[in-house]
Amino acid sequence: MTTVEERLLPSAEPIQLIDQHGVPHDHPQYGLPSEQTLVDGYAQLVKGRRINDQAGALVRQGRLAVYPSSHGQEACQVAATMVLRDQDWLFPTYRDTVSIISRGVDPIETLTLLRGDWHSGYDPYQRNVAPQATPLATQLIHAVGVAHAARLKGEDTVVMALCGDGATSEGDFHEALNFAAVFKAPVVFFIQNNEYAISVPLARQTVAPSLAHKGIGYGVPGERADGNDLAGLLAVLGQAVDKARAGEGPQLIEAHTYRVQAHTNADDATRYRNDAEVAPWLERDPLKRLEAFLVERGLLGESLKKQVVAAADEAAEALRVGLMEEVQPDPAELFDHLYAEKTPQLKEQAAFLQDELAREEA
Amino acid sequence: MTATTLVKLTMAQALNQALRDAMKADETVLMFGEDVGALGGVFRITDGLTAEFGEDRCFDTPLAESGIVGMAVGLAMNGMRPVVEMQFDAFGYPAFEQVVSHVAKMRNRTRGRVTLPMVIRMPYAGGIGGVEHHCDSSESYYAHTPGLTVVAPATVADAYTLLRKAIEHPDPVIFMEPKKLYWAKEEVDLSVEQPGIGTAVVRREGRDATLIAYGPTVPIALEAAEVAAADGRQLQVVDLRSIVPFDDETVCAAVRSTGRAVVVAEASGFASVSSEIVARVTERCFHSLAAPIRRVTGFDIPYPPPKLERHQLPGVDRILDAVDDLQWEDS
Repeated sequence: MTTVEERLLPSAEPIQLIDQHGVPHDHPQYGLPSEQTLVDGYAQLVKGRRINDQAGALVRQGRLAVYPSSHGQEACQVAATMVLRDQDWLFPTYRDTVSIISRGVDPIETLTLLRGDWHSGYDPYQRNVAPQATPLATQLIHAVGVAHAARLKGEDTVVMALCGDGATSEGDFHEALNFAAVFKAPVVFFIQNNEYAISVPLARQTVAPSLAHKGIGYGVPGERADGNDLAGLLAVLGQAVDKARAGEGPQLIEAHTYRVQAHTNADDATRYRNDAEVAPWLERDPLKRLEAFLVERGLLGESLKKQVVAAADEAAEALRVGLMEEVQPDPAELFDHLYAEKTPQLKEQAAFLQDELAREEA
Repeated sequence: MTATTLVKLTMAQALNQALRDAMKADETVLMFGEDVGALGGVFRITDGLTAEFGEDRCFDTPLAESGIVGMAVGLAMNGMRPVVEMQFDAFGYPAFEQVVSHVAKMRNRTRGRVTLPMVIRMPYAGGIGGVEHHCDSSESYYAHTPGLTVVAPATVADAYTLLRKAIEHPDPVIFMEPKKLYWAKEEVDLSVEQPGIGTAVVRREGRDATLIAYGPTVPIALEAAEVAAADGRQLQVVDLRSIVPFDDETVCAAVRSTGRAVVVAEASGFASVSSEIVARVTERCFHSLAAPIRRVTGFDIPYPPPKLERHQLPGVDRILDAVDDLQWEDS
């Protein structure tokens, strides 16, 4: 018999299967993912990093309005989608661009929001990826609804709902976990704890022993993982998805990671933290350790590495080219999508704008 | 040939029948909220639905309005047609962010790819001796939010028709139920098709002035018209039924036919649906107006305690005083 605490509380330390030097460690509960999975994951990490850094450069060139980067958090981004099946859903936030792209959504459509020509640019039903949420934690309840609908229809869909550490202070985080637990909805709540909500550190969000500990209050099992260890994340998230799919209800996973860059390009991180705090996290980089591990195991030779880098470069190039194209959104579209049928008032206003534009051109 | 079947129903029973018929007609229709299961809702609008359709179709949730509306968003995204009850108007405020940022915007932000066919039922307004936080008229908040459809029935037949149409509607509908009319009884034939969402109707013809009302103030406007008729003044009464979309055509045609108008609404007047009506009717009918449009609304105060509420509610006398004020000496 396991106690309530054993069933619901997370491990004493975040699960880590490969340490920051690339050395693997056995764990009684979680096994190392297959070699092929780790090689594929590595390729996705490298691509994710290139996308993050390319998007940052495109902001500086004025091609994107803003880019909240997941630089340093790529292991979380990639693991969140690698554990899903096609019929599953992903509920991302504004910082989860890499996750959305690794789910297979078109990168340019993914960046429509941050480029500024429309809000959500992709079809959510194409890959079962909800529109990126900018308000915090509100999307977590939508995830519960999608999961509950799937259960009512008799489907074995799992929903992966992403949020950050700051979002766990919001009321909707609480309501989502509680609803999911009561309705036994197959949702994996995945918190990327990167220590900061813009400028406010985790210590001002909570004094809970960890964010994963919050699950016990809802009767939701919590677990935590080293957020920079792709192997550990795949094992922990994979198990959580399996449990949710098997009908065991929602799971809460916290990844311990770090936002090595500023919140966005509009932020100035030097006002609230110093380099000495950031430096050790650079040593814990998710790419470095997996690369060291794969090289040590003889799984990543020079030619494969070149292939991986070339694929990442290609993805970055596609972003550059795609975003160089000047897209001029059609102002008429402003009135098109509010309702299935335009109200008489919107028809009038659309006509007014058309007339104004015609006069501007004349 | 269908036989005419007149039945005597309260508005509460008509709403219950609408939910029952909608759930029978479409198995994706779900009803949920606080106390809507075994109890049948605090106003009994969902009475018997769990027994008839089962726990999966009509169910109680944890006590959290944001969660209720947010869950409806997810269910609608994944093929369901959820109907939720916000137990009382003012208890709907915790869900405000979900309504404004997600319910109202989902279709637009996804360029029409994700639509939310869902209904938020909102027992609203006062006149029932309810204590604090149970009598708000919150329709202006929702009417102000682009992307929402806002309706308010005033008759038993409309309660049935508009709720059925709201559930069949392709977009989210805020369904304002005037709770003091829940027990109003009428003889109705539910098989008779009423006008749809977006259409106002003239409830009473009259050549002298137009009363524009919706929800709980429609019966009061009709009563005022009755009293005025005894004094030889013929008042026309327009029932908006649908606040968004707003039926400019019917309302303006009515006002043009009389040249005088009074808007009657229970909500506080400042920055409200009633001020919007005055503005848009004035913009469109200025040259037909013999006098500025008057308003009879609630004061700009929080809804009063039960022993004082009669001072807040628009009544027949205030309406007739406003009508008297429409510069009759000039005509």
